[in-house]
Amino acid sequence: MEKKYGVYICSGCDIGNSLDIEKLSAVAAKSKVPICKSHPILCSPAGVDLIKQDIAGEGVNTVIIAACSPRVMYDVFDFGPVLVERVNLREGVVWSHEAVKAGGEGGETAVDPEFQMLAEDYVRMGIVKAQKGELPEPYKPEEEINKKILVIGGGVTGMSAALDAANGGYEVTLVEKENQLGGFAARLYKQAAKKYPYTDIETPDVQSKINAVSSHAKIDVRTETEVARIAGAPGLYHVSFKPAGTETEWDVPPKAAAAEGEEAAVAEAAAKYKDIMTLDENAERYGAVILATGWKPYDATKLDALGFGKYPNVITNVMMEELASKGSLVRPSDGKPVKSVAFIQCAGQRDEKHLPYCSATCCITSLKQAKYVREQGDEAKAFIFYKDMRTPGQYENFYKSMQQDPGVFLTKGDVVSISEDARKNLTVEVDNTLIGEKIEVNVDMVVLATGMVPTTQDEAIINLAYRQGPGLIDLELFNGFADSNFICFPYETRRTGVYAAGTVRQPMTIPMCEEDAAGAALKAIQCIESAYRGVAVHPRSGDMSYPDFFFARCTQCKRCTEECPFGALDDDEKGTPKPNPTRCRRCGTCMGACPERIIGFKNYNIDMIGSMVKSFEVPEEDGIYRVLAFVCENDAYPAMDMAAMKGLKFPAAIRVIPVRCLGSMNTVWIKDAMSRGIDGIILLGCKYGDDYQCHFAKGSELANRRMENVAETLKSLALESERVRLVQVAIDEYDKIPQIFNEFMEQMEAVGPSPMKGF
Amino acid sequence: MTSGTGPVSGTILVVGGGISGLTAALEAAEVGHEVILVEKNPYLGGRVAQLNKYFPKLCPPTCGLEINFKRIKTNPRVKFYTLAEVEKVSGSPGNYDVSVKITPRYVNEKCVACDACAAVCPVTRENDFNFGMDTNKAAYKPHNMAFPMQYVIDGKVCQKASCAKCVEVCKYDAIDLKMEPKTLDLKVGSIVWATGWKPYDATKMDNLGFGRYKNVITNMMMERLAAANGPTGGKITRPSDGKEIKKIAFVQCAGSRDENHLSYCSYICCLASLKQATYVAEQYPDAKIFIYYIDIRTPGRYENFYRKVAANPNISLIKGKVAQIEEDAATKDVTVVAENTTTGNKIHEKVDMAVLATGMQPTLAGTNIAVNAGLNESGFILADPQSGVSACGCAKEPLDVVSCAETATGAAMKAIQTLVRR
Repeated sequence: MEKKYGVYICSGCDIGNSLDIEKLSAVAAKSKVPICKSHPILCSPAGVDLIKQDIAGEGVNTVIIAACSPRVMYDVFDFGPVLVERVNLREGVVWSHEAVKAGGEGGETAVDPEFQMLAEDYVRMGIVKAQKGELPEPYKPEEEINKKILVIGGGVTGMSAALDAANGGYEVTLVEKENQLGGFAARLYKQAAKKYPYTDIETPDVQSKINAVSSHAKIDVRTETEVARIAGAPGLYHVSFKPAGTETEWDVPPKAAAAEGEEAAVAEAAAKYKDIMTLDENAERYGAVILATGWKPYDATKLDALGFGKYPNVITNVMMEELASKGSLVRPSDGKPVKSVAFIQCAGQRDEKHLPYCSATCCITSLKQAKYVREQGDEAKAFIFYKDMRTPGQYENFYKSMQQDPGVFLTKGDVVSISEDARKNLTVEVDNTLIGEKIEVNVDMVVLATGMVPTTQDEAIINLAYRQGPGLIDLELFNGFADSNFICFPYETRRTGVYAAGTVRQPMTIPMCEEDAAGAALKAIQCIESAYRGVAVHPRSGDMSYPDFFFARCTQCKRCTEECPFGALDDDEKGTPKPNPTRCRRCGTCMGACPERIIGFKNYNIDMIGSMVKSFEVPEEDGIYRVLAFVCENDAYPAMDMAAMKGLKFPAAIRVIPVRCLGSMNTVWIKDAMSRGIDGIILLGCKYGDDYQCHFAKGSELANRRMENVAETLKSLALESERVRLVQVAIDEYDKIPQIFNEFMEQMEAVGPSPMKGF
Repeated sequence: MTSGTGPVSGTILVVGGGISGLTAALEAAEVGHEVILVEKNPYLGGRVAQLNKYFPKLCPPTCGLEINFKRIKTNPRVKFYTLAEVEKVSGSPGNYDVSVKITPRYVNEKCVACDACAAVCPVTRENDFNFGMDTNKAAYKPHNMAFPMQYVIDGKVCQKASCAKCVEVCKYDAIDLKMEPKTLDLKVGSIVWATGWKPYDATKMDNLGFGRYKNVITNMMMERLAAANGPTGGKITRPSDGKEIKKIAFVQCAGSRDENHLSYCSYICCLASLKQATYVAEQYPDAKIFIYYIDIRTPGRYENFYRKVAANPNISLIKGKVAQIEEDAATKDVTVVAENTTTGNKIHEKVDMAVLATGMQPTLAGTNIAVNAGLNESGFILADPQSGVSACGCAKEPLDVVSCAETATGAAMKAIQTLVRR
């Protein structure tokens, strides 16, 4: 489609007061744009009409709007299938820069030519961007998108997720490695009440869930089954199943060795299995995966200091459920009915030598089990020794009701020792209690409130046939749990299409598992429907653009495959990348990584940004600097808008180019800019590190890592490394932005103008 | 092998535009459903828009809000109304009639947020966004990252036609002081309640002196004090005289876990105080910080955050419930009286400022909002998703932001099921 351009300049909101609109229009004319109009209030009905008339009457299909930030008036300037490019004159120029500067000796002020130049350059850059961009079209794979959902794990969470997805209209396969459904919940004697007044315990209704799942027309249950591998991508998964506990050639091979010296061993292990690029013809097709494999109890033999393994009557809370489910409570050593039990909280949890985290449910479990003890008779006694009693939310009511039972003794305290007498009775010695003294209690049995260990701690489970490896990644940040780094987006991980729920994600109670399952089911459905429509999922949800590769020039360097934060690329034996667009989050990190510059999006590519860099003049006069700022559009760019709204001022020497993520920044842009005599480049991106804020997880961190290459580029041009700097900015740090820019300008002045000017 | 029916017809109504409501609305819309979101404030974002940072990452809530607002901007399936409250719900699952009352904003969509109206407005009002710690004009921007980025006129204090200075000065024809309340009649298939929470009224705890002593504040006020867009520009100083902080006390369970106030535990207050202790420690590295608690409740991996904060030698955690707060009338310092339950010692700690870790009360408690679901004795919604109505976030139980987003995503799932069942 041939483009017909129209440039529309708004002179409202101080733009017309401070800028020479005629000169701005002249820029458009010089760029051979056939239509350039201005309006006193472009966002008013009359202003919008002006544009609409040109679209209808003049055939304008590429609109450049020089007005306010693209973050506002987005709905007003939406003309359907028309390419719209926004030039940010209001926040980006007039509100954030001094229009006048102190002039001659008398201190009189004059219009700063740099101010007008800034606006003109932004118009130039906007026109070039529009020239180099195309409207994206949705990704349509050759293979049909499959809408079936795979749920791994048949406990309460997995069953709930299966039911939620099936009741939402989707077919589900539920796999469970044991020979029956139900998981831990089926082995519980009772659970704390889910309903007001929250003071009772009740039998968990797992059986009705098992029945519902087993009889649901849309749910296919497979017990004693495991996933050997999941190949493909969202909407296009090929899943190979296997009988639980067996090994098959379709088991996923281990990830290529990272450490030197391990290559041979890893290669040998890998040789036993089919390569990840080999397609299993018997694999079944799925659209998305829900991981609900839950938890396993912490290995209590590591708690020998608390007598486990040494004294038969020291048991764990999991064993206590089994005892209680059998009927009356009798102790392991001699089958004697249990009349007194001491519960020891945090048996391993909140202890960096064992589990550094809190298991969130064990206080409630022990209170509940104390009730089991009290059911043994009026004389039966329960003692609970805790660090902090943790019964959040409505569970406080359950705690309170237990506090009122005189047969339950609760105190904070540190367990000093547990000893056994000849009759196998136990003595627990506790210090620092609330009654102010060291106490000893003699009991029939001790229950250790042991914690939850996620099943993902030691195994990949999802067994993805991905070049970056079979499991979810970053789990070390979450103590092995299959959790998300994002507070606002708890289902987002670095593997598109796989959504974890329940205790594999965080320690949680049964009702919370059920809710979490519903959320994961929704995310799985959403991912499938997005793949079906050919659009991206979070955080660029709805984006139709996707990366395109010009393979003829690929040198098989594998950087894109290795650096993609979402493992979206696999590669063949030669190292040629195989893109999987439905795994892709459209951050452009691959584009930033590619040394051959063969990766780009229709509306965001190397040529586009490179041309923008080259679209404006670099003045050669003394004392006039030009600095380029590549700014993350997610956090840093809105922060700059906020700074502008507050009236904070930036130096007029800086030209801002927003980027999807700093990870998408290709070193060639820096080289291009530097070769033109631009004095410096500042990169503003999200915070990285363990608590990263990058919406694409690794983008800003990778950009920082690439600064080594940047230093080399600068060196090759005989330029100082101080000319390029990366600064981390959070969205609420708008007050710091002028200082960041001013300091960089000072740095430029210290280094001096670029010697490349004029070449 | 292709299965599933894809999106079905029918609209989902989400009540409440805080983090839970935003999440429920967007998650459903991104599946492909039509969603209407109604919010009673003039802006979206709810309570989290008032927070300075989230625990445990200490990251700004506006970061996630910005993404969610971007999702709204780019998704034609979400329609939202601000200053909108549900008045009446009737009908049955799959087929509800809902009346929504829209309070006039007096500012239309032509507003470009230029501030000219506020500059000429002669009326000042207590800034409720900052809990009355500063004032703004009757024509005001709710806060500097407000979405939608439009001004609003407080109809309760505006002098309307007798003044109308803002109308004269507005170049964009954006002010209409004659705007009338409107009622929207909506037909929806399912409803998600995400009406959130309000801070428990701290003046009800007579012994803690809130409302009488200026230097006793609530944890939500502390968020505003620490926020860059707050009344002090982010500098934590005490309200009586703007003095810097040398000693500060956090009073846990101020209202929560108390039969006379809120019987339940509000879940987030321990973490909020630990987080706020980091705000103080960052601005005043030498300040002494005391946290008085019954139990420190940092479930799951939040324990790692607790351990990190507690490692600061200037932060003391004392097990003991605060019985009383007294004020020195001359200096306005406050003395926190408690018993250390581990040592049995009585404590009288004089500090510059005390922060009450006030609990969460469901917004619906004590109101007459027409929820078509039951409320429990505390005002939390008892929704049965089978009924076409679901609840999420803090309207349902006290939760952190992560769990709000989880339950909201789950509520979107339940809402969709109702449409599928039709």
